[in-house]
Amino acid sequence: MKQLTRFAADYVGYVLKGGTKFYAWMGSLAVLIVGMMYVFYLQNTEGLIVTGMTSQIHDGLYFANLVFLVGVAAGAVTIVFPAYGYHHEGMHKVAVLGEMLAISAVIMVTMFVFAHMGRPDRLWHMLPFIGIYSFSSMLGWDVLVLTGYLILNAICGFYYLWCKYTGNPINKKWFMPLVWVAIVWALSIHTVTAFLISTMPARPMWFHSMMPIRFIATAFAAGPCLIILSFLIIRNNTKFWVDDSAIKLLTTIVTWCLGIALFLTMSEVVVELYARTEHANGLYYLMFGLHGLNKLVPWFWSAVILMVGAFVLFLIPAVRNNMKLLPIPCVMAFAGIWIEKGMGLIVPGFIPTPIGEVTEYYPSFVEWLMTLGIWAFGFFILTILLKGAIGILQGEIKYGAAK
Amino acid sequence: MTPNETPQASPAQEQPAGCPMPPASADPAACAPKTTRRDFLKAGGTLSLSSLMGAGALMAQSDDAKAAAEWAEHFQKNYRLMTDKEKDEARLRLEKRYSAEYGKKVTVDTTGPQPGVLMGYALNIRKCIGCRRCVHACVEENNQSRGKRPGEKIEWIQVLRMERGEFSKERMNQGYPEGLGIQVGGNAYTPAGQVLEGQYHYNPEAVPEKDANYMPIACMQCEKPPCVKVCPVRTTYREGDGVVVIDYNWCIGCRMCMGACPYWARRFNVANPVLPKEEMNPVTHYMGNRPRMRGVVEKCHWCLQRSRHGRYPACVEVCPVGARKFGNLLDPNSEVSLVLARKNVFRLKAELNTFPKFFYFYD
Repeated sequence: MKQLTRFAADYVGYVLKGGTKFYAWMGSLAVLIVGMMYVFYLQNTEGLIVTGMTSQIHDGLYFANLVFLVGVAAGAVTIVFPAYGYHHEGMHKVAVLGEMLAISAVIMVTMFVFAHMGRPDRLWHMLPFIGIYSFSSMLGWDVLVLTGYLILNAICGFYYLWCKYTGNPINKKWFMPLVWVAIVWALSIHTVTAFLISTMPARPMWFHSMMPIRFIATAFAAGPCLIILSFLIIRNNTKFWVDDSAIKLLTTIVTWCLGIALFLTMSEVVVELYARTEHANGLYYLMFGLHGLNKLVPWFWSAVILMVGAFVLFLIPAVRNNMKLLPIPCVMAFAGIWIEKGMGLIVPGFIPTPIGEVTEYYPSFVEWLMTLGIWAFGFFILTILLKGAIGILQGEIKYGAAK
Repeated sequence: MTPNETPQASPAQEQPAGCPMPPASADPAACAPKTTRRDFLKAGGTLSLSSLMGAGALMAQSDDAKAAAEWAEHFQKNYRLMTDKEKDEARLRLEKRYSAEYGKKVTVDTTGPQPGVLMGYALNIRKCIGCRRCVHACVEENNQSRGKRPGEKIEWIQVLRMERGEFSKERMNQGYPEGLGIQVGGNAYTPAGQVLEGQYHYNPEAVPEKDANYMPIACMQCEKPPCVKVCPVRTTYREGDGVVVIDYNWCIGCRMCMGACPYWARRFNVANPVLPKEEMNPVTHYMGNRPRMRGVVEKCHWCLQRSRHGRYPACVEVCPVGARKFGNLLDPNSEVSLVLARKNVFRLKAELNTFPKFFYFYD
């Protein structure tokens, strides 16, 4: 018990201390978080009328980010699996950082759920016992698997850190099974999120069984991209050294998951546009516009350029092995997938509506501010978690070290 | 063509009270104790007195009462899980709050599905003239929001105007993309988008128009409603008499049901509904037309406040050409049963296996 309070105190004390750069970063995030809180208040007094959502297109930027971030959370498994499944030396050292990323991504997802709901004050209705939990609803399952994933990662991550802190050996009897459960669980969160939208025949654009594998492929591209970027930042700004071997393995994973994702997108385009039934209208709207309405067309093509460009860059050894150039394709792939899997997937699902109405959706300023604020909050949490984890891995936080 | 014919009785009322035939559904609501019409009237009588007094008391300090009632509403259970006492409390609470808010005596009916009744609806697409009296009657009857800002105006019925010329001789040689509708442009609600096969944003000098057919749509009250399946809190469900209802106080506004509905029947309250006091219909049903709140989903419920008491829904009553038929599917002599037996009947999007209780027919 005494150890535990010491751990908490040491952890908090360590993460609160930092240089000017650290405080400037956290301070600017805090400004965005305050903005987010204001628009959340606005949404829950005025209603969602302050957003661009309507009865025609009722899922927008929030839902898009939610879907994308579930993928980022699942992407953490690209570190944990090689670390424990293949005993990859470099990955094993940083596996806990992947778990920290997963935790912050799930927290962001939860916040986007709150932003998306018409009545966030009633979300307790979804909980078992005090509310009603519905097993027939995919959203119910999504909440279940996401909560489970958050708990699994928090346990695995912090138990590992705790052992490093106290110097006790890890009890592998229950730790390893839990790690394996978490690895499979990571697949489940994104599969269920895909089912969330792919189980609606009313929305033909989403109604195909390719959705889960496409989600996982894009997730295992976008997630590691963010991880590579944060590893490079960590290497350059802290004393902690992430092995080149870890980054190179992640680059390989990103490259081929991105390749599969592009292949699946191409398959969808061919299948839908060859027959060109009315069910392809959503995709057609996304790619070329429909009846003069074409706000998403530049989004789609920029996503295609970013993703294909990133894929080509990843294939060039001189780029992917150069740690100075590597961030470029990573940012490109991350942005491309964010567009393609976010707004590019969610919004055209509603165009046209089931009765054929073609309308458009523009995210309002409120939505952009909310989205920025939630991302800022996620990075705020991520910074704290990574800083604490690195401190422990470096041995800067250690039981009895302070005294 | 005056919309004045008011049928006095519908087949639903002709059913003998306490009919031994159970409703054709395994819905838990069907197992709820039934109140007879007389009980209801009696309760309504005593209630009107108390709520009148309550309303008087409340109007003096309506803000406090409203806050107190809303506070209590936050913690109430899903309607189906409430005990009879809790249902009564919830009803009284609402009646008090609404009466104070709208400055008149508002009743909230909680009559459940009646035994031996399975509601059905049939619409003669041949007769519809596209006058949209049904749309407006529905808005007035069911207390929909009627604001000016985009999204604040809610209509449950959409009459789709379809151009007859689509299959004309000149166009026979034109494949896609010609002939798929009219460009109106704009965004949802305001000048509004355009529809592929037909569209509800039309503004003719007189109806029926020479070159148009009309196809009214609203909630189909499906036998297997996709919206019910996706609801994470089971706030929307199918009642024993076939109507899919929403407990507005339990809805979390996640809008999954709107995504799942293949008929675009559901609307979301993006803002606090705009419902002027003088236009508010004070005869309401808990599952039906009682005023909704911001952030919840709503849709057509076949005017439960009327149909559960043997009256026609407002759209049926107002239709000047008699295109709309409503009644009890379990009664072989009801209008709707006769239509199903004798006419050419089809369901919309039958391939989705939702099995609507809303049928289209033509002579």
